[in-house]
Amino acid sequence: MRKNLAILFSIIALLFLSFPALASEGEKGQVDVKENIFHHLGDGYGWEVPFSHTYRIPLPVIVRAEDGSWHCFSSGRLVKYEEHTDAKTGKTHTVAVPQIVTIAKGDWPDRYKFVLAHTSKHKNKVVQLIPTSPADEAEAEKIASAQNDEIVDGYVKFDGKYYKEYKPFDISITKNVLALFIAAALVTWMVMGLVRFYTRNGFKAPRKGMGFLELCVDFVYTGVIKSTLGEKAPRFAPYLLTAFFFILVMNLLGLIVIFPGGANLTGNIAITLVLAVMTFVITNIHGNKHYWKEIFWPDVPLLLKFPIPIMQVIEIFGIFTKPAALCVRLFANMMGGHMIVITLTLLIFIFAAYGAAVAGVSAVVSLLFSIFMLALDTLVSFIQAYVFTLLSTIFISMAVHEEHGDHHGAAVEEI
Amino acid sequence: MELFTPDFGLVFWMFVAFILLFIVLAKWGWPVIIKQMEGRADAIDKGVEYAREAKQQLDNAKESAQQVIGEAQARQAEMLREAAKMKSQIIEEAKKEASEEARKVMEQAKVSIEQSRKEAELQFRNEVSKFSIDIAEKMVRNQLKNDEEQQKLVNKMLDEIEKN
Repeated sequence: MRKNLAILFSIIALLFLSFPALASEGEKGQVDVKENIFHHLGDGYGWEVPFSHTYRIPLPVIVRAEDGSWHCFSSGRLVKYEEHTDAKTGKTHTVAVPQIVTIAKGDWPDRYKFVLAHTSKHKNKVVQLIPTSPADEAEAEKIASAQNDEIVDGYVKFDGKYYKEYKPFDISITKNVLALFIAAALVTWMVMGLVRFYTRNGFKAPRKGMGFLELCVDFVYTGVIKSTLGEKAPRFAPYLLTAFFFILVMNLLGLIVIFPGGANLTGNIAITLVLAVMTFVITNIHGNKHYWKEIFWPDVPLLLKFPIPIMQVIEIFGIFTKPAALCVRLFANMMGGHMIVITLTLLIFIFAAYGAAVAGVSAVVSLLFSIFMLALDTLVSFIQAYVFTLLSTIFISMAVHEEHGDHHGAAVEEI
Repeated sequence: MELFTPDFGLVFWMFVAFILLFIVLAKWGWPVIIKQMEGRADAIDKGVEYAREAKQQLDNAKESAQQVIGEAQARQAEMLREAAKMKSQIIEEAKKEASEEARKVMEQAKVSIEQSRKEAELQFRNEVSKFSIDIAEKMVRNQLKNDEEQQKLVNKMLDEIEKN
C-alpha cells in the first residue's frame, strides 16, 4: 500500500517536472489566486467539465427584462471561445469572449440585449444593456477616471464601451440551481428507494446501502429528534430529516469535483439562509404560550425586565441570532473546507513559476494535504448536517415544550 | 462581497426545491420509514420477549413433566407393591379355602365310607347268617335221614335238657 502510494506520487511529480508549462498556463505565467478561488466557490451560468477549458454544459438563463417580459436562452450564447495568439511568444490560448445575446421583439431585432457582466457592480451576472446615449457614455467615463476605478454604478463596461445596465430579475437555472435539483432528486431517490424496499419486503431489514441509509435515519430520528422532542417527534421529524439528508447530500456532492458534483452549495449563503429561515419560521409558528412568556416576561428579577426591558430586548435579539448562527455556521464550515482545498491545489500552480523541482515537490505536498482535507471535509459534511439538525431540533423543542418541563428546558439551553 | 450576499435566484430555487422535496418526503417518505422502523423494533422486542417466555414455559414444562414422571413412577411402584400383596393374599386365601374344601370332602368321604362299611357288614352278617342257617338245615336234613338217628337226637336233646 505504502509502496503504491509512493509510486503514485512519483508519477504525479514526474508529470509536473516534464510539463511545467501545463501547470503554469495562465496569463504571463501568473495565477490569479483570488479570481480562481472565487470562481470555484461561486455560481456560474454553465457547468465546467473536466479536461476542457472551453466547453461548459449550457444551462437555461431565465431573466425578466426591464419592461417585465420574461426571456429564456441558453447560457452557451453568453460566451464564445476564440483562439488567441500571443504576438510575442507565439503561443495560442483559448480565450473566453463575452457575447451580447440579442432577443427580438416583433420586427425589432435587438430589442433586448443581455450580456455577462465583467466590469460592473454585477460581475459574472447577466445584465441587460439599455440603449445609451454618447452623453451618458462620456459621463460614465468621467466618473470612472475621477474615482480611478473602471466600475461605475449603473453602468457596465463591455468591449471598451460603457452601457447603461439593468440588473434583471434573475431566476436562471445556474450551476448551483441544477446541483440543487440533482441533490433533491438524489435524496428523493434514496428515500423512495427505501420506501419501495419496505413495501416489497415487508418486515425484512434492508442490507448494504439501504441498511446504511436506514441507519442514518435511525441515528437522526431516534438519537436526536425523538430523544429531544419526545412524543412531538413525528410532527417535526419530516422537516428535520429532510433538512438533514438534503444538507448531507449537498455537502457530499460538493466534494465530488466533476459534473454531478462540484457545486459549492452549502458553502453558499443563499442555501443556508433558506434552511435557517425554515427553522426560524417553524420554531416561531409552533412557539407556545410558554415560549413567548419566556421572551416577554422571563423568570428574572423584576428590575431586569420592568422599567427598562433589558431581558426582552436580549430575548428578541436571540430569536434572530439563533437561526443566523445556524446559517453562518453551515456556510462558513463548508466554504472554508472548499477554500482550503482550492488554495492547496492552487499552490501547485503558484510554485510552478519557481521551476520544475519546486513544482514537483509542491504538487506532492499539496496533493497529500488536499487528500487529508477532503477526508476531513467528508467528516465535516456529516458533522455539519448533524449539527444543523440537532440545533434545529433543540430550537423547536424549546419553542414547543410544556411548562412543567422547565428543568429540562434549562438543560437544553445549556447545550 | 459577492460571497456574502445571497443571490435571489438561488434563494428562490432553493425554496422551491426544498418545499417540493419536503412535501414529497413528508407525504410518502419519512412516515413510512419511521413507522416501519418502529414497527420492526417493536416486533423484535416482542419476539425477544416471546422467546424468553417460551423458554420459561419450556423450562416449566420440563420441570412439570419430570414431576409427573416421578409421580407416575411412585404410583407404579405402589401399585406393584399392592398387587404383590394382593397376589399373596389371594393365594393364601385360595390355599385356605382349598384345604377347607379338601377337609370337607375328606370328611364326607369318611362318613360315606363308614356307612358303606356298616352296610357291607350288615349285609355280610345277613348273608353269613343265611348261609349258616342253610348249612345247618342241610346238616340237619342230612343227619335226620332215618328214624333211629332222629330218635338218638331226640334222646340226646332230652339228655341235655335233663342235665340242665
